[in-house]
Amino acid sequence: MANSSAVQLNGIVKRFGGLTAVHRMDLDIEEGSFVTLLGPSGCGKTTTLRMIAGLLEPSEGEIVIKGRSVTHTPIHKRNLGIVFQNYALFPHKTIFDNVAFGLRYRDVPRGEIAGKVARALELVQLPDMGDRFPRQLSGGQQQRIALARAIVIEPDVLLLDEPLSALDANLREDMRVELKRIQVHLGITTIFVTHDQSEALAMSDRIVVMSKGHVEQVGAPEEVYRSPKSAFVARFLGNANLVEGRVGKSSGETVSVAVEGIGELLVPASRSRGIGEGAAASIVVRAEKLFLGAEDDTPHADALSLPGEVTAVDYQGQAARYFVEVAGRTLQALNPIEERPFRRGDRVNAVIRGRDCALVPLEDRP
Amino acid sequence: MGETGAAARPWILLSPALATVAFLLVVPVLFIIVYSFWLRTATGAELPGFHLDNWQLVFGDPFYRDILLGTLRIAAITTLFCALLGYVPAYVIAMSTTRHKTLLLLLLILPFWISYIIRTMSWINILGSSGALNTVLVGLGIVPEPVQMLYNEATVILGLVHFLLPFMVLNVYVSLDAIDRNLLDASRSLGASSLQTFREVTLPLSLPGLAAGGLLCFVLAAGTYITPLVLGGPRQAMFANLVFEAVITQLNWPLGSALSIVLLVVLGAVVMVYNRLVGLGQIARSFG
Repeated sequence: MANSSAVQLNGIVKRFGGLTAVHRMDLDIEEGSFVTLLGPSGCGKTTTLRMIAGLLEPSEGEIVIKGRSVTHTPIHKRNLGIVFQNYALFPHKTIFDNVAFGLRYRDVPRGEIAGKVARALELVQLPDMGDRFPRQLSGGQQQRIALARAIVIEPDVLLLDEPLSALDANLREDMRVELKRIQVHLGITTIFVTHDQSEALAMSDRIVVMSKGHVEQVGAPEEVYRSPKSAFVARFLGNANLVEGRVGKSSGETVSVAVEGIGELLVPASRSRGIGEGAAASIVVRAEKLFLGAEDDTPHADALSLPGEVTAVDYQGQAARYFVEVAGRTLQALNPIEERPFRRGDRVNAVIRGRDCALVPLEDRP
Repeated sequence: MGETGAAARPWILLSPALATVAFLLVVPVLFIIVYSFWLRTATGAELPGFHLDNWQLVFGDPFYRDILLGTLRIAAITTLFCALLGYVPAYVIAMSTTRHKTLLLLLLILPFWISYIIRTMSWINILGSSGALNTVLVGLGIVPEPVQMLYNEATVILGLVHFLLPFMVLNVYVSLDAIDRNLLDASRSLGASSLQTFREVTLPLSLPGLAAGGLLCFVLAAGTYITPLVLGGPRQAMFANLVFEAVITQLNWPLGSALSIVLLVVLGAVVMVYNRLVGLGQIARSFG
């Protein structure tokens, strides 16, 4: 065993009646890492979290936490810290009693409880709230208390079930930084469930992208973003254009892909998923890697330059998202604004560089 | 006119409700208060005026005080039984994950479709000397002859619990149903067992419903006269029976009026204390 794993899921399956929510999932979560289960609603991420928590029992498979099989261990004997989406603070108890709750069910000497609670409240930067009741706190403060309550018991694993989704946008980004700071400070293994790809990219050491109960891809944020394994992953993270093409010759470094009406692109072999010559595949062109220029710009040497027309503009301040009609397709381009944004109806040159692209297998059409 | 008009508007809008309350509640009670100062002469005629005789009788005779205390005691015992027996079904219905929760609640309200008197009298068929229970006991040879089970305090309490249990169940159900399930999961995840979670989270958070159900059961039990009339013996008379006796049997309306005001004030005080401690909002929630 090179690195110690904190949580292992060995072929876990969860069925609800005739419906399979999680299909035979394997996952190994390294000690001290921050792992995000990412996917749209109904992908099985919350079901997986609830199985790890002990709130649901898997239909098949085994869950191992710190080398101990806990598949049939009741939740209160698993030593996990859980933060719920709606905070779930006990409304009839003070903040102090909320945070102290878990300590009272552990072998913590009475005299040490106050000190531990105080340190936990300090860590979430709400040291003077002990006497208040949850309803007297704002949403963001309640979220911090919920976090303090979960970490004060020094759990083996911290489970976070969409903890930021109930906060408003600005607060959410602050809490994101805060949560990551505390996680790094404590070095606690954390499993985070979210449907928000920007949260996943910003906070995780590893992202587990899930869809329809299957794991689509596991990898570091940059890896999942730069070389998606499937069309689903490419679409779910960021804004991607998927263009169908046919794979041609490989030169070792690059693979040539021919796209009807556009031309030939040289995609890095490392991001071609080993798709063989002659096969049809989708080219992933990130919206921020589709560069728009004025119609009379000089063409680039290593790139395709295609004439197009802006059909819609989504102005975002520092950048704008354009919808461009290129060779009969509508592509998205997310470009910083130099002097002024393009306007609807502008004729532009859309520039695609092969080295910015990735290849994924064609989507299964249902 | 503008400003006074604006100030009067809420009162104008409230006037239908106020008129209803005034004519159906306030005016009758005022009549009863006036009546309580009249006098019933030996000949049976009523003597209008301001006489304190009825009040002197009610407050002076320990008979009335004892029956009032007995009534409150029976109401308290009934409330206690309703709380103990009602919590369980309320908990089961609230925590069940079945889609038929509404059906279960409907079953709970079903007995209300049958007259309260009929329901009370049904106990005679069960516990009476030729009732179901005695027939079985005699038939099996467990007792040689029918046992007298009716017409005591226990049967009065039994009848009251039978009548009032749904009020308790509904109130407790509402407060249990409102508890966020994540609170229970959070408690369990922090190391509390199911039983500890019940003690620390579920029970405290359901206390308002228990209190609301308790108030309804207590007030309704303390104000009833049918159950003791049907299932009690002569010694189980409750305070409302005295009112019934005075008004219907003795045709002594002035005395009956004084007695009913005493009951109204005592139960009103109970409600007021409750409102101070818990607040009446919880009851409104149960019927909302």
